[in-house]
Amino acid sequence: MSFLTDRKRATGLGSAKTGTQHHWHMTVSSVALLGLIPLFVFTFGHILGAPYAEVVAYYQRPFPAIIGILTLLVGFMHFCGGFQTMIEDYVHGFARKALIIWMICLSYSAAAVGVFAIVRIAL
Amino acid sequence: MADVNRGNRPLSPHLSIYRPQLTSMTSILTRITGNALIVGALLVVWWFIAAATGEVAFNRANAVITSWFGDLVMLGSVFAIWYHTLAGIRHLIWDSGRMLEIEKAERLGLIIIIVSILLTVFTVIVL
Repeated sequence: MSFLTDRKRATGLGSAKTGTQHHWHMTVSSVALLGLIPLFVFTFGHILGAPYAEVVAYYQRPFPAIIGILTLLVGFMHFCGGFQTMIEDYVHGFARKALIIWMICLSYSAAAVGVFAIVRIAL
Repeated sequence: MADVNRGNRPLSPHLSIYRPQLTSMTSILTRITGNALIVGALLVVWWFIAAATGEVAFNRANAVITSWFGDLVMLGSVFAIWYHTLAGIRHLIWDSGRMLEIEKAERLGLIIIIVSILLTVFTVIVL
């Protein structure tokens, strides 16, 4: 037993079976967002409200574009995980599965649309 | 015979009988702010794809996001994103086994409320 780590010992236990992994993913994405969110708020907020040409020119620069792409990717994955936890707390049965699947699809779609848009502006 | 007393047995206390506490309220607000951010996030994604599409589409999306309705969503999102970020830091602190005593947890709750409001005001002034 002493060869097992604490995490390995907990993996697969609990009613959610993969709850340890879920918690770990939320922890990793939250730490990533800790850096990304302030950068995104002040880059996106800086250019929001500017005319079309200025916005396009701004997101052709590498830094705002990369911050935007990473924030949308990590943000929507983090949202997806948090939403799933909320649904698991309040909704049961078929509706639970349907809502979770729907929100996973929505999260991936929104992330893909956002990333495609920024890449298209930037390139 | 296991279900003989179903519906007529003592139950453990649930949410409805508790007086609101700072710890529970700040926890609920963490969930509300995190999930409510989907509205602002989808608006932002629309704004990006419109900018990638062309000037006409961009002007349409930009008009919505800078209208009074868009301003309201963005103001709410700014508060939500700061509050949720600070609440996330609080969870990382708790996960490390620190500040779990009730007085310390409540002090952290008060701190994240005050700092998130200050950060919201700061963001509105700067941007």
